Amino acid sequence: MLRFILPVMLALAALPVRAAIEIKEVVSPGGITAWLVEDHAIPFTALEIRFRGGASVEAAEQRGVTNLMTALLEEGAGEMDARAFARARDGLAASFRYSVSDDALSVSAQFLTENRDAAVDLLRQSLIQPRFDDDAIERVRAQVLSGLRSDEKNPQNIASRRFDGLVYGDHPYGSSLDGTIDTVSALTRDDLVAAHAGAMARDRIHVSAVGDITEAELGALLDSLLGALPATGAALPGPAAPEFRGGVDVVDFPTPQSVVLFGQPGIGQEDPDFFAAFILDHIMGGGGFESRLMTEVREKRGLTYGVYTYLADRDLAQIWGGSVASANDRVAEAVEVIRAEWARMQQDGITQDELDNAKTYLTGAYPLRFDGNGTIANIIVGMQMRGLPIDYAATRNDQVNAVTLADANRVARTLLDPARLSFVVVGQPEGLMGTSN
Amino acid sequence: MLRLSAVTLGLVLALSHAMARPVLADDQVTSFTLENGMDVVVIEDHRAPVVMHMVWYRAGSADEPAGASGIAHFLEHLMFKRTEKMESGEFSRTVARNGGRDNAFTSYDYTAYFQRVASDRLGLMMQMEADRMVNLRLDDAEIATERDVIIEERNQRVENSPAALFREQKDAVQYLNHRYGVPIIGWRHEMVALDRDDALAFYKQFYAPNNAILIVAGDVTPDAVRALAEQHYGPIPANPDLRERLRPSEPPQTAERRLIYRDARVAQPYVSRSYLAPERDSGAQETAAALNVLAEVLGSGTTSVMAEALQFDSQIATFTGAFYGGTALDRTTFDVVVVPSEGVSLEEAEAAMDRVLADFLNTGVDAEQLERIKMQMRAAQIYARDDVESIANRYGRALTQGLTVADVQAWPDLLQAVTADDVLAAARMVLDRRQAVTGWLMAEEVTQ
Repeated sequence: MLRFILPVMLALAALPVRAAIEIKEVVSPGGITAWLVEDHAIPFTALEIRFRGGASVEAAEQRGVTNLMTALLEEGAGEMDARAFARARDGLAASFRYSVSDDALSVSAQFLTENRDAAVDLLRQSLIQPRFDDDAIERVRAQVLSGLRSDEKNPQNIASRRFDGLVYGDHPYGSSLDGTIDTVSALTRDDLVAAHAGAMARDRIHVSAVGDITEAELGALLDSLLGALPATGAALPGPAAPEFRGGVDVVDFPTPQSVVLFGQPGIGQEDPDFFAAFILDHIMGGGGFESRLMTEVREKRGLTYGVYTYLADRDLAQIWGGSVASANDRVAEAVEVIRAEWARMQQDGITQDELDNAKTYLTGAYPLRFDGNGTIANIIVGMQMRGLPIDYAATRNDQVNAVTLADANRVARTLLDPARLSFVVVGQPEGLMGTSN
Repeated sequence: MLRLSAVTLGLVLALSHAMARPVLADDQVTSFTLENGMDVVVIEDHRAPVVMHMVWYRAGSADEPAGASGIAHFLEHLMFKRTEKMESGEFSRTVARNGGRDNAFTSYDYTAYFQRVASDRLGLMMQMEADRMVNLRLDDAEIATERDVIIEERNQRVENSPAALFREQKDAVQYLNHRYGVPIIGWRHEMVALDRDDALAFYKQFYAPNNAILIVAGDVTPDAVRALAEQHYGPIPANPDLRERLRPSEPPQTAERRLIYRDARVAQPYVSRSYLAPERDSGAQETAAALNVLAEVLGSGTTSVMAEALQFDSQIATFTGAFYGGTALDRTTFDVVVVPSEGVSLEEAEAAMDRVLADFLNTGVDAEQLERIKMQMRAAQIYARDDVESIANRYGRALTQGLTVADVQAWPDLLQAVTADDVLAAARMVLDRRQAVTGWLMAEEVTQ
């Protein structure tokens, strides 16, 4: 039992990076670029690959195809069926993870120095020559469908789907990348083959490597691993137009504790006011125990186990979101307190003391993130995905420190929008009527 | 969510979990004991200027008095309130102002507090942690509010999750007498009555240096940790009344138990069985090592026996798994789970699972599979060095659950020494239905 758990979506708010590590840009003979941190202390390498676009490149009527395709990458490749592939991977003690989000298809690999070539060859086959055998398709499809049926009765998933649908509408962000029972049931092998070619191409790739590998070794690895991918893939969708109408949307679901998601328009890192907003979010609900919402909703009133906010700077939309969960007979008060805090910060801003404390935390915590090969590989591939410069880590804290109280309070007045702060509540809340639309 | 996992099924075991002279255990780990009996473990990793500071108490929910379930966890929450020297909330506020993060967690056998900070702030963390080890000042109003918080925590973790409610009922049936049958977070009807006296009684009984383990991992040297620990924790006297942890033990389990939990919120039914199993014991971890390998052989991943039989050779299941929580102070469980494919009943799934287990006892362990598992276990030692916090947790769990630094060090070699015969012997011993609980998690309306 942890005292509290930060939800996964906080990762969206986490900003990349630091100074003491040396990141080198490596360009392979074949022209593939990667960022490398060499560290030979432990005899393994962490490799992170991102294909921009993720599940957002798929057609609406094929929703879920990229997810199913991604799940099948490790289910047979080259001459190996699913079981032969798994035995080969396990025999090398390599770890390959394939996942997909709205913005990226991600491959995370860790392999030992002692069998690196064999591990990379195996990984290559899964990326370049996945088999999509019929029996594997049906086996994995059944797993995905089972998950979809469970999602339909899970308040957290019900809330996410409702929230995304209301905010993003017909844009790919507006529906779950897992697809629906209907769309996933209808997918064919041809659909999967096409999704593979569309999602995994060299024109959208970012790579990082950290650990026991040299520049020259990485250069050769990049070409052998990724050189055979198609040069171009499917077109990326345009930006979303997030819509926040304010009010409360209630989805009736019989469960004792209501699950709440809320949000309003956000801000991207390219905006000069981003760091001011980032600090405001930290003070509002991003900063764990010290945040205003945690103080007001949990510490003072005991209305929840956790309340959080985050700035989601996604490729195609920016929102300022949050979540809370409270018993059905208490959730109305939690929503009311959140609304009041939103309005208070918009009207009165933050104090110098809050600003100073936020800066001390954010700048002090930043260098502590860079504490392992796997972690660093993740951070620096994320920097590439955000289009940040390779020396970003060295300047990031300066950007935090440059925010003045006047900046922060100006952004609070203009960005915070209590009228558009929109809530989705899943449960059987007492005293909360649906008010939107 | 990509696919079904043990996590989505709520099957991850919470049960996952003394040195006179300095012991240099390997190139990373040093341990010693302060004069007041506080054990210290230092794990060095100088790659980043960060340190993890943890204090683990040999006290968890299974040490609670009858009728006060949840008090170990409730006290953990209250430890962030007022002390003689700090205001309520000042602890976490100070950590944050120093760029760190802090939290705490409670399990059956331990309660642990940690801060992750820049390594030059270690002394400040120790100063504050030492203060709240003995100087807690509890206030009735804060207790009432925080009790609401843990009720909401129970709502979130348990009441809103049929898988968690199922597991709670199943654990209660597994243990006839031991407190592992009571949920860590507590039974709701007892949680609502927890008060200041309950919290202080638990605090006074268990929070003392001679019942604690200090673990410091990261960019530090053992000498520096020793000096700071002697300065901050050294002056706290040992609790002379600290008693040995004697808990109600299990009687012989001689009757198979079965249960059905129905909940309208269940979309994916499954069958889950737990067998009472021996835990890792200091100096005698061989059986646990064999059980650990058995769980890998039977139910870990695509190449495991259950997956081969039920997901590949037949399509009876969409997910299978076997789990063994070997690190525990007292008797633990060995668990198997089968999530049936659409159209397969729980009865059919369970029968198929039993056929696989029976076949396994006849045919034994595939030599190549065993070799792959051992290779992965060897490699895990290398990968683990990348995450010093997981090493810190490994020692914390071990030392609060009856093991020593030497036991932790011996474990990888014991795993490598496990033979196919050992695995089979462990399977024959543990797969005893008389000591098992078989549960079906089902939707409210029976559609099978």
